[in-house]
Amino acid sequence: MEFRYLPMTSEDKQEMMKAIGIKDTDELFADIPAGVRLQKELDLKQPMNEYALTKELTAMANKNISTKEVVSFLGAGVYDHYIPSIVDHVISKPEFYTAYTPYQPEISQGELQAIFEFQTMISELTGLPVANSSMYDGGTALAEAVNLSAAQTKKKKVLVSDAVHPEYQQVIQTYAKGQEIEIIPIRLNNGKTDLTHLEEQLHDDIAGVVVQYPNFFGQIEQMDAIQKLLENQKKTMLIVSSNPLALGYLTPPGEFGADIVTGDTQVFGIPAQFGGPHCGYFATTKKLMRKVPGRLVGQTQDENGVRGYVLTLQAREQHIRRDKATSNICSNQALNALASSVAMSSIGKHGIRKMAEMNMQKARYAKKKFAENGITVVYEGSFFNEFVIQLNQDITKLNAALLEKGILGGFDLGKINPAYQGQMLVAVTEIRTKQEIDQLVKELGDMHV
Amino acid sequence: MSDKNFPLLFERSKEGRTSYSLPELEVESFDLEAELGDVYIRKEPPKLPEVSELDIIRHYTGLASRNYGVDSGFYPLGSCTMKYNPKINEDIARLEGFSHIHPYQGPGTVQGALEMLYDLQESLKEITGMHEVSLQSAAGAQGEWTALMMIRAFHEANGDHHRTKVIVPDSAHGTNPASAAVAGFEAVTVKSNEQGLVDLEDLRRVVGEDTAALMLTNPNTLGLFEKNILEMASIVHEAGGKLYYDGANLNAIMGYVRPGDMGFDAVHLNLHKTFTGPHGGGGPGSGPVGVSEELAAYLPKPLIIKDNDTFSFDDDRPESIGRVKPFYGNFGINLRAYTYIRTMGAEGLKKVSEYAVLNANYMMRRLEKAFQMPYPQHCKHEFVLSGSIQKKLGVRTLDMAKRLLDFDFHPPTIYFPLNVEEGMMIEPTETESKETLDSFIDTMIHIAKEVEENPEIVQEAPHNTIVKRMDEATAARKPVLRYEEE
Repeated sequence: MEFRYLPMTSEDKQEMMKAIGIKDTDELFADIPAGVRLQKELDLKQPMNEYALTKELTAMANKNISTKEVVSFLGAGVYDHYIPSIVDHVISKPEFYTAYTPYQPEISQGELQAIFEFQTMISELTGLPVANSSMYDGGTALAEAVNLSAAQTKKKKVLVSDAVHPEYQQVIQTYAKGQEIEIIPIRLNNGKTDLTHLEEQLHDDIAGVVVQYPNFFGQIEQMDAIQKLLENQKKTMLIVSSNPLALGYLTPPGEFGADIVTGDTQVFGIPAQFGGPHCGYFATTKKLMRKVPGRLVGQTQDENGVRGYVLTLQAREQHIRRDKATSNICSNQALNALASSVAMSSIGKHGIRKMAEMNMQKARYAKKKFAENGITVVYEGSFFNEFVIQLNQDITKLNAALLEKGILGGFDLGKINPAYQGQMLVAVTEIRTKQEIDQLVKELGDMHV
Repeated sequence: MSDKNFPLLFERSKEGRTSYSLPELEVESFDLEAELGDVYIRKEPPKLPEVSELDIIRHYTGLASRNYGVDSGFYPLGSCTMKYNPKINEDIARLEGFSHIHPYQGPGTVQGALEMLYDLQESLKEITGMHEVSLQSAAGAQGEWTALMMIRAFHEANGDHHRTKVIVPDSAHGTNPASAAVAGFEAVTVKSNEQGLVDLEDLRRVVGEDTAALMLTNPNTLGLFEKNILEMASIVHEAGGKLYYDGANLNAIMGYVRPGDMGFDAVHLNLHKTFTGPHGGGGPGSGPVGVSEELAAYLPKPLIIKDNDTFSFDDDRPESIGRVKPFYGNFGINLRAYTYIRTMGAEGLKKVSEYAVLNANYMMRRLEKAFQMPYPQHCKHEFVLSGSIQKKLGVRTLDMAKRLLDFDFHPPTIYFPLNVEEGMMIEPTETESKETLDSFIDTMIHIAKEVEENPEIVQEAPHNTIVKRMDEATAARKPVLRYEEE
């Protein structure tokens, strides 16, 4: 069979073998011990032509229900937002997506400058002066922040709020095990981190405190009170995981004294794609600049004084420091950081406030409608674009019924904790219309008797 | 500042200019200021650019023209496998049924996605000869760490708490020792011998009761197959350690030999290398992990399982190391790799390795007349030459790499691995034609001649690029990591 990605003709092959001095390419594999050499063909599906494969994989895609076909109120860390059309046009430029990490600055200025701009935008949103070029996702970025706090403070205990995304908590646990860091969960009080419990647990041996703002339940944590608690515990780091869209309206964590802010920029121009690839961000203080995991782009000049950009402070990284590196991260999410940069540029300085505000307004409208229709809203506190409702039936069943009506219902909180049985986390973003919200309320109201 | 400076998007910004297209509010307006109060409403808007849509497009089109990808030209970056990124993969990844599905939709609404993931798990099991595969790890380095955490869990379950050391060859990629450290191990180096292979005597010396694992790339980072692999496996296994395969170089051996058959207990793969997920300027990647039956219980959860013709998540894995990433891995990259595997099949993948190796050997034989080859035996998919002859004439490998830029080539990986003087690691990949290889070889020979006859032209390279060599020392000494308004 012919393969369109393999350009050698049989004449090429003959000439090349002659230049090497072999008669058969098998000679090049002669150093593989005979006993383990594969004696059969791999048992894989037969190769397919482009047309047939496209047809088959399109059929496979069509077995999934896409959020383009339904009205989604599902969030819980991954959101259905407006994606400017230009985003995909930019990230489809092959000079970006077929490039490697920009290790040769003379021919990588495009990527380097784009990352430098991404770093600037993240710094603006988080209120911290240093942001890296991206992490895998919000969960691993947060886990790296926990590791960094332990390494920096030389303490081995970290307090993690139970209002942090449950899967982020699980990732933190896995990472912490490698570094033998003890994770102490902090209870909730009315959907927010219990400050009394936090205060009780906050001792000299605590490396860091991790909260999510807005938290997993959509609630806006009492950041000013948390900041006050940490004032008595100066060495303990405050680590905040934030939805960066919310920071278009809310006071940035940097202003509440956060040492590290992480999160995921999926909300800016990145489709859900079943959970990845998304794009983690990592922002911190000048003090921790030389401890940041991952790549950093810095501005400099060439020998003629022309402004340009390079990967910098690489002495932190694994390819230089090996086992002494601050992290093992190598590949990151550069192309998705680019997508988010394009989206953030498109939304712009004033658009981002409008967009964040619109999420809050529409979510408040939905919340009010639920209350008017006799459905309990569980937490009364201030929230961003998600809130919890209490229903008297199994959420899986309700969601199946909603799907019949073309609605993708909210996240079933009973899946993370039996105490939350019958609770649904509803996400309302800027693209939901009044009519869609009204319909969700009506359908759930009809079922909730 | 030079007038050649390419403006930052922030410098194109003008107060009041917009590019967004937000929906209507439609609903009544709630008083957020009264609700949130001063403390929680940001005082200054974030200084994102204020630009028009055309400004953005021109900006990024300009930036793209200042960047070099595989689609621009030859990119023989050793150990990175910069092969062609098929366009059908991009089309498939953008199908709405794949790109716009939420990780928390009910399994019944994502059967196509689960089928793809399951089928990919199965394909990678077959290609690597491993017992089970998890697709959760986001990239190679995360895959390494995931596998080491599993090996750690295995030893701990056996009460082997004293296995604290992970052995790494001196030629290994920096992620290997870094991943060992993040997993809580001490990295110990094993030396290479004169043939560029792991020194068995030294391996015997460093292996012991404290050995948790040996991490190995095979072919190794010099592009050489560790032909003593079976003996190495038995040295490590007899001491109670595990053998870990870094799949960075799998492109050389598909269909010829499988890590599982060589005695490896755990492997990670770089789907963005061997399996054509694009590198994206540094990511996203995907780093699935495959393991032997003995380690399977420790895989990150959930895995995708098939029951009759229904696919679901298997969360019931009590010995699992837990979750290494939210959701189910970099699905979009896994999908591209899957599309590629389905395009190539077993026959195609074996040819991929055949041509990757043929191309590298052809380049090596033609270049050995002008450059020193520290390891003259046949290589696999890549080889490392030394610039030691040229260094004696006052020209460094860095200079030659920069000179290649003038001829529109991306330079090879340089100064890696660390055990070759003035090293230059060349990996052509199988997707390049003989004409491209010849053109690069001729240019390299031309540069070697320049080094003899006109070294300044090489020492002062590049000459044709939009910027010259950058002042990296100042960048690190006085870091400017974000734009500040003047």
